[in-house]
Amino acid sequence: MLNTLIPLVPLLPLIGFLVNGLFRQSLPKSLSGLIGCLSVLASFVLSLLIFQEFGTAGSEAITVRLFDFLSVGSVNVPFGFQVDQLTIVFLLIITGVGFLIHWYSFAYMHDENPAQFARYFSFLNLFVFSMLLLVMGSNYLILFAGWEGVGLCSYLLIGYWFEKTEYAQAAKKAFVMNRIGDLGFLIALFWMQARFGSLSFGTVFAKASGIPTLAITGICLLLLLGATGKSAQIPLYTWLPDAMAGPTPVSALIHAATMVTAGVYLIARSHALFDLAPVAQTMVAIIGLATTLLAASIALKQNDIKKVLAYSTISQLGYMFLGLGVGAYTGAVFHVMTHAFFKALLFLGAGSVIHALQEQDMRRMGGLRKWLPVTHITFLLACLAIAGIPPFSGFFSKDEILSAAYARNPLYYVLGLAGSLMTAFYMFRLYAMTFLGQFRGEAHPQHPIQESPPAMTVPLIILAVLAVTGGFLGIPAVFVTDGHLLGRYLAPVLAGARPPVEVPASTELMLMGLSAGLALATLIWATSRFSRKPDLREPRGLGRLLANKWWIDELYNTLVTRPLNALARFMNDILEKSVIDWLINGIGRLVLYGSRQIRLLQSGQVGGYVLLMVVGLVILFLIQLFLKK
Amino acid sequence: MPINYYIFLAIALFCIGVAGVLTRRNAIIIFMCVELMLNAVNLLLVAFSKMHHEALAATNPQAGIDGQIFVFFIMVVAAAEVSVGLAIIVMLHRNTHSVDVNFLNRLKH
Repeated sequence: MLNTLIPLVPLLPLIGFLVNGLFRQSLPKSLSGLIGCLSVLASFVLSLLIFQEFGTAGSEAITVRLFDFLSVGSVNVPFGFQVDQLTIVFLLIITGVGFLIHWYSFAYMHDENPAQFARYFSFLNLFVFSMLLLVMGSNYLILFAGWEGVGLCSYLLIGYWFEKTEYAQAAKKAFVMNRIGDLGFLIALFWMQARFGSLSFGTVFAKASGIPTLAITGICLLLLLGATGKSAQIPLYTWLPDAMAGPTPVSALIHAATMVTAGVYLIARSHALFDLAPVAQTMVAIIGLATTLLAASIALKQNDIKKVLAYSTISQLGYMFLGLGVGAYTGAVFHVMTHAFFKALLFLGAGSVIHALQEQDMRRMGGLRKWLPVTHITFLLACLAIAGIPPFSGFFSKDEILSAAYARNPLYYVLGLAGSLMTAFYMFRLYAMTFLGQFRGEAHPQHPIQESPPAMTVPLIILAVLAVTGGFLGIPAVFVTDGHLLGRYLAPVLAGARPPVEVPASTELMLMGLSAGLALATLIWATSRFSRKPDLREPRGLGRLLANKWWIDELYNTLVTRPLNALARFMNDILEKSVIDWLINGIGRLVLYGSRQIRLLQSGQVGGYVLLMVVGLVILFLIQLFLKK
Repeated sequence: MPINYYIFLAIALFCIGVAGVLTRRNAIIIFMCVELMLNAVNLLLVAFSKMHHEALAATNPQAGIDGQIFVFFIMVVAAAEVSVGLAIIVMLHRNTHSVDVNFLNRLKH
């Protein structure tokens, strides 16, 4: 039963992609949208079935081997799927949130012409297919195939409006930065193949303890480089804010809810390796923490509604990495889930605002509470969830990570808390500047501001319900014994992992109270401050530094892009033109000249030919006589 | 007679043939020189065949016989070649009223 269901899950979006992609010129909009949505919905239903079947079948991972993907000499990589609890959690997030976003896109993209509309849905389906491949693959190579697939779809969708040069540039930037990380991943794959003789998860994890720590650490650091590319961590995070060039539902699906969590999945999946490499693990935690703080500080001063959300995403991904680094794998996966709910909701809410106003700059918003009631309420709930206010979902997942961080090193906790307070601050700055106060934009008499259609608001409401209640899947033990349903569900997968150090219940309660109280205070402060007096003036001093994103983009431009461009120009203008071209043309000229000389031998005089023949024979004789001795 | 005499004679004949082919322009003479070279080879074959036969006759009465058979083949082929070659020379003479091979470079142009 399960063996037949499992391959169908990624197959359906693939079919949706093929149908929409091949017949995009002839399909009407309603049909292509329907194909796109239904294929993902069907996958979601199948995932639910698998979830149910799997629960009754036992807790062993199920592997379905379809065919040999690669079989060369001693290298044999099967194309197969492996389904266990971790995969199922990701399956449900991807197909569930993915379906809601497909549904929302149906209304959001209605202005596109039919061929473009079908192209959009085919890319979206291809993305879901690749993401499913990524989480379902039974070995690292299939995972890598999905990994590349989502990178490609991200590129295609960021550059969806490719007529605008800057959007195409943003797509290119995302692709190139991902490639840098992918290179690390690829080298890790080769290294693993050389060390373990296999890429399948089971073999690699079983043999991991017999490998020297140095090799494991190297592999883990390379995997981490791959993860920083895909999950937008320092140093490869700058593509994500630019990726906001894509349509807003794409930002919600790819650049917030699913694709960027691929790095978290990779590390959580490889926890058996990371547990053996403490250096790499510490590195994960430090990168996560640094990213959290850097991105949160940048988000404080952004004025584009999607940019704030983009930096917020990077910052939240940093939390997940912090969780992975301190060994709280369950917490990290839990945060992936709750983050998928509330961040998708935030992006879709922002999309609803943009849809209503045709405007992304918060300085020209304000007071939208009146016109967009549904968007306003759902957005507020999502803000509360991300700010970590109990009992919304973000509180539970974030505090699980923070208490694990405290157990590892109190400094992690303090810095993480600082990031969390910044989160509360910028989210409520965003909320207050958008929905509270007075409307500061220009009213269009012919386009009155109105609430989005139900096709957009219903997904918002569903996501809001999830964002509010999602946290109850992981109630910490201090409140309810055995209340951490997700933790219990994931336990078999993460069984081998070193359990995070336990904090005493009183300390944990105190930490929670501290973070919740401070977050609440921050949000009240931010709300009251920015609803009365929006942040409109030009930033100065530190604010200017933050508004300009610490000039990291400029730094990368100076340090990497410009030297590389100069090198490329040198290669093109000097090396190519005067050295390589000269060499190639020289060879051509030499051959021409030589043949012109040799042609003279072909005189037509029989005597000449015979003479040459005789001379040749004599030379052969001489060689025979003198050289062969 | 020692085998060396035969070898030197054959080399002398062959070189005369080569020199003739290289230097002469008359097609018939060239032809004769080619025959001279063939016969030089035939001479060598026969000489070596005889030498082998004398050396190995005690154990193998057939030894060295194939060299002589080979000579017959060469003679047959040479005869066939002569008939074709002479026919060509006749045609050449009819067309150019000469048997000078230097007139045979028309393909060059």
